[in-house]
Amino acid sequence: MPESPVLTVSDLHVRLGSTHVVNGAGFSLAAGRTLALLGESGSGKSVTARTIMGLIRPPHGRVTAGTVLLHGQDLLAMPEERRRALRSTTISMVFQDALSALNPVLSVGYQIAELFRAHRGMSRAEARRAAVDVLGQVRIPAAARRAGDYPHQFSGGMRQRVGIALAIALRPDVIIADEPTTALDVTVQAQILRLLGDIQREHGTALLLITHDMGVVADMADRVAVMYAGRVVEQATAAEVFARPRHPYSEALLGAIPRPHLRGRELAVISGAPPDLSVPDEGCRFRTRCRYRIEDCERNPPEHDLGGGRSTACHEWEKVGSA
Amino acid sequence: MGPYVLRRVLMAIPVLLGTTFVIYLAVYALPGDPIQALAGPNQVISPSVAQALRERFHLDQPLVVQYGLYLRGLLGGDLGTSFTGRPVTEIIAASWPVTAQLGGTAWIIMAVAGVALGVVAAVRRGAADAAVLFGTTLALGVPFFVVAYVTQIVFGVQLGWLPVSGVEAGWPLAYILPGLVLALSGLPQVARLTRTSVLDGLAADHVETAVAKGLTGTAVLFRHVVRNSLIPVVSLLGVSLGYLLGGTVLVEGIFNLPGLGYQIYTAIPQHDGPVVVGIGTMLVLVFLSVNLLVDLLYGVLDPRIRLG
Repeated sequence: MPESPVLTVSDLHVRLGSTHVVNGAGFSLAAGRTLALLGESGSGKSVTARTIMGLIRPPHGRVTAGTVLLHGQDLLAMPEERRRALRSTTISMVFQDALSALNPVLSVGYQIAELFRAHRGMSRAEARRAAVDVLGQVRIPAAARRAGDYPHQFSGGMRQRVGIALAIALRPDVIIADEPTTALDVTVQAQILRLLGDIQREHGTALLLITHDMGVVADMADRVAVMYAGRVVEQATAAEVFARPRHPYSEALLGAIPRPHLRGRELAVISGAPPDLSVPDEGCRFRTRCRYRIEDCERNPPEHDLGGGRSTACHEWEKVGSA
Repeated sequence: MGPYVLRRVLMAIPVLLGTTFVIYLAVYALPGDPIQALAGPNQVISPSVAQALRERFHLDQPLVVQYGLYLRGLLGGDLGTSFTGRPVTEIIAASWPVTAQLGGTAWIIMAVAGVALGVVAAVRRGAADAAVLFGTTLALGVPFFVVAYVTQIVFGVQLGWLPVSGVEAGWPLAYILPGLVLALSGLPQVARLTRTSVLDGLAADHVETAVAKGLTGTAVLFRHVVRNSLIPVVSLLGVSLGYLLGGTVLVEGIFNLPGLGYQIYTAIPQHDGPVVVGIGTMLVLVFLSVNLLVDLLYGVLDPRIRLG
């Protein structure tokens, strides 16, 4: 890989109860770049993100294997106290639904100021000024006045700006954004994505963008990691995936995008259903829905390194995307 | 805020009228003759004296007239006169400090211990949770007066740590046992509600945000879980004060504390209507005021209600 990675996830396995939600996920994120973690609901992308942040904890879930290297240090092997100190200062997260992600009974200014008080040791007054400043950075009008308002007094878009303010306040090196625009109106989605992109460029932050939206990937991502059944099945630059996917699932996802010139025809769907992850399976998880299926698919395909940071987990990758 | 408070105060008027009437009715319906009760069970009273007393206390009038006369006095600030000849206002003035100290002590024990037990049960789970569940079930199941007598025997008589009766020892000593017994009547509900509410609070999405912010475990627990979870508990604590005030009648009777409850406790067998109704009205008024205060506090704790 040409650029040095700031965040590297390798062979991550996570169980929620008896379900193996993440099964050997791995990808890396370069400093200042955007990696889209792409997949359908239940593919394990959110759980992967929350595992990186340390939000998956017993008794609800358990990390059974893998490493998460942030600046070369394994977060999963770190004592909790050191890990806590890294949250928000080095790695932070924007949640999907800002309304439920913000505390309803504390003012937004207070909730941002808490970061400066906890990590920078600021006084109440200093922290409050810093919070107003951050609200200004995410372009909330009349930030000084609105800092005293509560989450329910903001519109959806403004609320997600507050969510972004929380994530950028301490200038972390990595921001994880878990479907940050899914809960928003289409018109507001673009504004929020632009804001995230602008901030990322200004601060040189690396962005791990979790999404199921191909349009978002095309707009924002430098690289893409496609997840299926808890595993990253393809990694490539965004341009490469759109030009020629090397995994049948990526190809199927691209095929499912509605296109203007196909107007009036039935929308393409991926036939079949996602696998039941509580049942162990030695084979490729996508084989039941795959049109390239061969006998080898009964054993899980290894990751083929295609060079230039590109990889795919498919026995038949050479045939994929040639159509 | 202003109109809201005014509306609540106006709403208190029909509630007060209703409760006083019900208490009045209850005393009126008590079996036995109040004049005979006043004289003592085996005394013979001359018919003319009895008649004079009946007229003086309007006992010869129909219930509605009696109640009307009572209300007329109430408007002038006159709560009536006890059958013993003492004005009810005077009795209240002499008794309320005892009840205030008892109720306050019990309420604080109930709030602090109830919330603490609930939080511990929710956060620690396992053995602590089971112990709280067992303890609260026991407290709910064992009748009030049994607990009172057992604590009197154990802590007062056998161990001799605390007085079993009267207020000579002053606050806090004289109020610890009765306060504890009274607090036990509401503590299980407070602990259970706190536990449930904190468990819900722990599962809220914004708690993940707080963790992701890199706050310490204590900050997450107290600022982002417990604070939010206490909102319904505060409401219960307000309502519980009403039950505590009702409980003072028994507790003050058992522990011989000369408070408002004690006055009712001794007035009921005497059929002393003015005392029962007067103090009852007083307690209802306190209950309504406290609940108004709690509702206002609710708005302070939860901006979604305040700013609607």
